Amino acid sequence: MTAVDITRAAGRSGARDTFNVMLRELRPVARDPFSVIFSLVQPLVFLGLFTPLLIGTSGESTADTLAWFVPGVLAMIVLFGTGATGSNLQYEMMTGSHERTLVAPLSRASLLAGRALKEVVPIVVQVLVIVAIAWPFGFRANPLGLLVGLVILAAFGVGLGSLSYALALKTKDREWAFWAVQQTLIFPLLILSGMLLPLDAGPRWMTVVSTFNPVNWVVQAERHLMAGDFAHAAVGWGVLAAAATAAVGLAVGIRAMKVSD
Amino acid sequence: MTTSIIEAEGLTKQFSRGKTTVDAVTDVSFTVEPGGLVAFLGPNGAGKSTTIRMLTTLIPPTSGGARVVGHDIATTPEQVRARIGYVGQGTSGSFAQRVRDELLSQGAFYGVPAKQAKARADALIESLDLASFATRTVQQLSGGQKRRLDIALGLMHAPPLIFLDEPSTGLDPQSRANLWQHILDLREQHGTTVFLTTHYLDEADRYAERVMVMDAGRVIADDTAPALKATLAGDAITLGFASAADADAAEATIGRLAERATTRPDATTVAANVDDGERLLPRLIRDLDAQGLAVERATGVPPTLDDVFLALTGRTLREADAAHETTPTPATEGASS
Ligand SMILES: Nc1ncnc2c1ncn2[C@@H]1O[C@H](COP(=O)(O)OP(=O)(O)O)[C@@H](O)[C@H]1O
Ligand SMILES: [Mg+2]
Repeated sequence: MTAVDITRAAGRSGARDTFNVMLRELRPVARDPFSVIFSLVQPLVFLGLFTPLLIGTSGESTADTLAWFVPGVLAMIVLFGTGATGSNLQYEMMTGSHERTLVAPLSRASLLAGRALKEVVPIVVQVLVIVAIAWPFGFRANPLGLLVGLVILAAFGVGLGSLSYALALKTKDREWAFWAVQQTLIFPLLILSGMLLPLDAGPRWMTVVSTFNPVNWVVQAERHLMAGDFAHAAVGWGVLAAAATAAVGLAVGIRAMKVSD
Repeated sequence: MTTSIIEAEGLTKQFSRGKTTVDAVTDVSFTVEPGGLVAFLGPNGAGKSTTIRMLTTLIPPTSGGARVVGHDIATTPEQVRARIGYVGQGTSGSFAQRVRDELLSQGAFYGVPAKQAKARADALIESLDLASFATRTVQQLSGGQKRRLDIALGLMHAPPLIFLDEPSTGLDPQSRANLWQHILDLREQHGTTVFLTTHYLDEADRYAERVMVMDAGRVIADDTAPALKATLAGDAITLGFASAADADAAEATIGRLAERATTRPDATTVAANVDDGERLLPRLIRDLDAQGLAVERATGVPPTLDDVFLALTGRTLREADAAHETTPTPATEGASS
């Protein structure tokens, strides 16, 4: 075994650290790609069982219903996937492997950012799989719209993932506290986004609250983008909501990582 | 200019839990020279992990400081981190990761070039007997296998100094012996300085070149195991006689030659805690014989580090461990799989 040049390790770049942390997080995904597909069971159940109900109540065509519903399912994938990702970190905090990375010469910011950026990969794979599954049933997406939509979902996922990690860092070994907060937030965010049922039929306070829900704006932006309606104002709001979630999420997450021990 | 690899000066750590503060570590100062194998020995809650966590930059000291491999833990923690290996009390490998993958990631974290990292990972897998599990996930490993991976991870960047926090706790005796052989081999091959904690007396006794006894946040003794035993706890000798009268008559002679207080475990037996018992015992038997007092039974038991601990604190390590059990301690290895 040859000795290692220590000067390489000290004072290294944050970007490289982030990349290495992300690479590590992706290794189990690469080893077991089926895990990414398996987590699609829940959205597929929604797609398969909810779509007929929506068609039944609205009386619209399958294609029109899917055009409305699929973007919501895509946002749901991001919401559930990245919202729960902090539990992995929490587990590693309890077993000791997170502590090991804290002793490595990695910047604290990279330990958070690398994990958060890793979320992009399952998001992209899952979105494309769902789109491919919905396609034979008449779902159509504008290719450029799909691409921009993916970027929005990825940014939103990075932000949500960061917040989930921050929650894990704050709740430490109290697993129940993580899930209590996570569940308390995720279902209102889901329902008040109008991704499952239109909010128009709900009371006025719901519509008001939903205007402050970034998930709502992301869902609306996705619908217009997939339809090729790039000029719609909702697209702009969606981009803004995703960018703001990413910025706030990363800032909160990195801060939580820096003060953790 | 100094050559010490660890210089700790007045390290102190207080934790506040609500209104109460816990003095986990108080005014710990010591130096360690390169190449040594040093052990912190102490009961649960003594402050061993907290000291190591300060030295490895995981937590800042409340006061005091340290230089580790030539760098200050407070002002240049990243320089310290690049130069040390750390195996904590938990499991270093992530349960979802495969063994070899985790080693390669660790190499990347320390800036080891990919090609070199692969070679080193394979060499460590080989020397730590991990070859048959290299593509398994950490979750699937036994306690002993996990611990060997932890050590491999700690050595991935060939650090000049490695900290091992209770490396063998929770392992069965066979795995413990095995693990120690690995630690000793690796040290032999690479001259790595090893700083470890243990609450197993026999380990500190057998393997450490220097033992720092820790209790209630302080280092209360610091020497080689034989020196600690010689200075802090004597050999226990007992001499048995045919009658209580003989024992009575012998007691004065024994007390004078041993220069120690004697006790009487029973009517015909005299006991004493003495220095250099192995030389004293034959001499006592000869002298007593010359006085016409025949020694019928004789034992001389060399001291253990537990006797040292008892002499220092008034309680045995086991008692001290039991006393700590009322307060929660971090989960240890072995509980899983
Ligand atoms: N993060 C913490 N918060 C509060 N108290 C702590 C913390 N870590 C350790 N302690 C306390 O500090 C003392 C020393 O603990 P530790 O260093 O883990 O001992 P050892 O490793 O020797 O068993 C114990 O009383 C322990 O409960
Ligand atoms: Mg400990």
